[in-house]
Amino acid sequence: MSAANPPDSFLRRYVFSLDHKTIGLQYTITSLFFLLGGFCLMALMRWQLAYPGQPLPYLGKLFGENAMPGGVMQPEFYNQLGAMHGTIMVFLGVVPLAVGGFGNYLIPLQVGARDMAFPKLNMLSYWIYLCGGILMLAGFAMPGGAAQSGWTSYPPLADLATSGQTIWLLAMVFVITSSLFGSINFIVTIVQLRAKGMEFFRLPFFIHAQLVTAFLLLLAFPPLEAASVLQLMDRLAGTSFFLPTGLVVSGEKLAVAGGGSPLLWQHLFWFLAHPEVYVLILPAMGIITEVIATNTRKPVWNYRLLVYSVLFLGFMSFTVWAHHMFMTGMGTGMSTFFQITTMIISIPSIVVLTCIVMSLWGASIRFTVPMLFALAFLPMFGIGGLTGLPLGLSASDIYLHDSYYVVGHFHYVVAPGTLFALFAGIYHWYPKATGRQMNATLGKIHFWGSIIAINGVFMPMFIQGIAGLSRRLYDPTIYAHGRVIQPLNVFISISAWTLGLFQLPFIYNFFASLKRGEKALENPWASTTLEWAAPSPPPHGNFESAPVVYRSPYEYSVPGAATDFSPQWRAEA
Amino acid sequence: MSDSSSSLIPHITEPHPVTQMTNGRLAMWLFLASETMLFGALFSSYFLIRAGAAQWPPEGGRAGDYLSIPSASLNTLLLLASSAAIALAVRAARSGSLSRYRMLMGLNVLLALAFLGIKGSEYAQKLHHGHLPSTNNFYGIYFALTGFHALHVIGGAAVNGYLATLGGALWNRDREQLICRAGNASLYWQFVDLIWLLLFASLYLF
Repeated sequence: MSAANPPDSFLRRYVFSLDHKTIGLQYTITSLFFLLGGFCLMALMRWQLAYPGQPLPYLGKLFGENAMPGGVMQPEFYNQLGAMHGTIMVFLGVVPLAVGGFGNYLIPLQVGARDMAFPKLNMLSYWIYLCGGILMLAGFAMPGGAAQSGWTSYPPLADLATSGQTIWLLAMVFVITSSLFGSINFIVTIVQLRAKGMEFFRLPFFIHAQLVTAFLLLLAFPPLEAASVLQLMDRLAGTSFFLPTGLVVSGEKLAVAGGGSPLLWQHLFWFLAHPEVYVLILPAMGIITEVIATNTRKPVWNYRLLVYSVLFLGFMSFTVWAHHMFMTGMGTGMSTFFQITTMIISIPSIVVLTCIVMSLWGASIRFTVPMLFALAFLPMFGIGGLTGLPLGLSASDIYLHDSYYVVGHFHYVVAPGTLFALFAGIYHWYPKATGRQMNATLGKIHFWGSIIAINGVFMPMFIQGIAGLSRRLYDPTIYAHGRVIQPLNVFISISAWTLGLFQLPFIYNFFASLKRGEKALENPWASTTLEWAAPSPPPHGNFESAPVVYRSPYEYSVPGAATDFSPQWRAEA
Repeated sequence: MSDSSSSLIPHITEPHPVTQMTNGRLAMWLFLASETMLFGALFSSYFLIRAGAAQWPPEGGRAGDYLSIPSASLNTLLLLASSAAIALAVRAARSGSLSRYRMLMGLNVLLALAFLGIKGSEYAQKLHHGHLPSTNNFYGIYFALTGFHALHVIGGAAVNGYLATLGGALWNRDREQLICRAGNASLYWQFVDLIWLLLFASLYLF
């Protein structure tokens, strides 16, 4: 910024900032809090699952006589925790961190722009997200508590649920509006604001992943916005969009006009929510690629194939939604179509993972903390992906549907998959954002504790699911087949609480390193992409002079070059 | 502040050499893509519920027996005229006439308000006769789809009203940017118009 401008006020700099980096950090911090909150809800549920009907010592009294009389969790409260855990983790935690946080911070830096295309829209999208998040939490203060119809809000249950569901729908409209503004901003920035010489095939893979993600957000979220408003009308204006004729509730015929279709909600919801799965995973793949390229000191294997795969993945993700609905009786023709598309979409995912694994071949790997998380991502995402195949085929899905097997499957993709990638990203770009390194010893404690505990949480769920345990049971011991495997629930709960303990070193490290971390220069990892050309932390406007791009993104160990990395911004090899 | 940050960002008024578009124009196309998905979901819901019904409208007859085709036809004419007005307003701004730009943009807003007035009186009649969204899904769909569309008209009219009055002050500071803004507003308005034509055809006539 030129000296003629007056210095920004405190509010403009830190609260209502227009700078993409500040907004990115606001997203990061906010979503980390939501992730912690969503984790705590689950940690509470795990008590009921491990010790059904027993009073929770000490903490149980905090939740009042309605939710936990005498410390014993009520079924309604359990359902609220489950619905809100899913909603918070997906819509207020992982997506805002992966897209709002990392995307906002890194996209302008990596494409060589001075800011996002629309800084005010960017600020607006953060504040709408925050309002939506607070509104979502306010659901707990409603009579009857928060939404309790699962994160999928299937009608007729959700149409008839307590008023917390209305708050859920309103909050979703906020969150969707926020991501709409964000995605438009991302696409315009990537298309229009690239630095001189930054061609499409010179963009880092992270940018390609974010570009496809932004298109998914842009095109997949509006149907849920429409569906949310239709469900709101069902609840508030008495329409019957999702209520069939002659619905009987508690022995009485419901007094509505009828003629609606519960299946319609499922189609609209999953038309959003399957692309949403790729919104959760693509930015993670982008982060992993950056971290692995830097720490293997060699080019990413078959960069172009990665890019084509991710484009194909984005396109195909719009054609697989009904594989969540094999149990609804939508017909074998529909099931066949969606099984075929589901098998097709597994191919590009495997290609992406293969490219990243092949990048390790013959590398001299630096085992930094971000690299540990990135390496762990590969087998964890692999397990998550491969256990998804039996769910994509209707014959095996009919057995496994709605069991703990499903819970294990998608958590392997999102928790030790995406979340580990996000941790890798935080450790990797922390020195860029703050000018200081995070402590490596604490980072390693965080990593090893987390990877062991998280497998302790999700691996037994496959066994529970195959044994037939339903994922929505408030008391897993009411059936004989559940009582046999109940010790697994105790083991899972203890692993989950242990996992929580191992996040403490991370939380301490995150804040303490702001002051005490080892000082970092602009390029501490000796990386090649443009964000490392800017000072750490980058000033408003990012670059001292407009960067020019001379080469592709991952030119490590170029034969004959002076150093083992040839940055994109350096003219000579 | 806005001046210092806009100087950081290229292609606000001069098009990008490859895409041939300004940032705002590309953003508006993307927004319309998203809107297409929004209305696509609403129309799909309508067709799915209609296909599942024993007869449509549920009480027999044709849609015109329940909805007012004359007032919807008048509304169609009003919206088409407003689209023409905003397109001519952009052309007037390009040719350098601020007064004609303001006049035509103002005309667009007046026509939009007339549209909303007629729509409102239609709603009032329905409610007066006890035809509520909860009566049956025919009315539910009618209120949901036309309501969504009316919200888009209100939003667009508010922006166009701003551009015709206070926003027009940009004329002296940065004329190019005002023309870009008016052009994007016009693009949005044509989309709202198009959605109305589809609504008119599928709700009232088909």
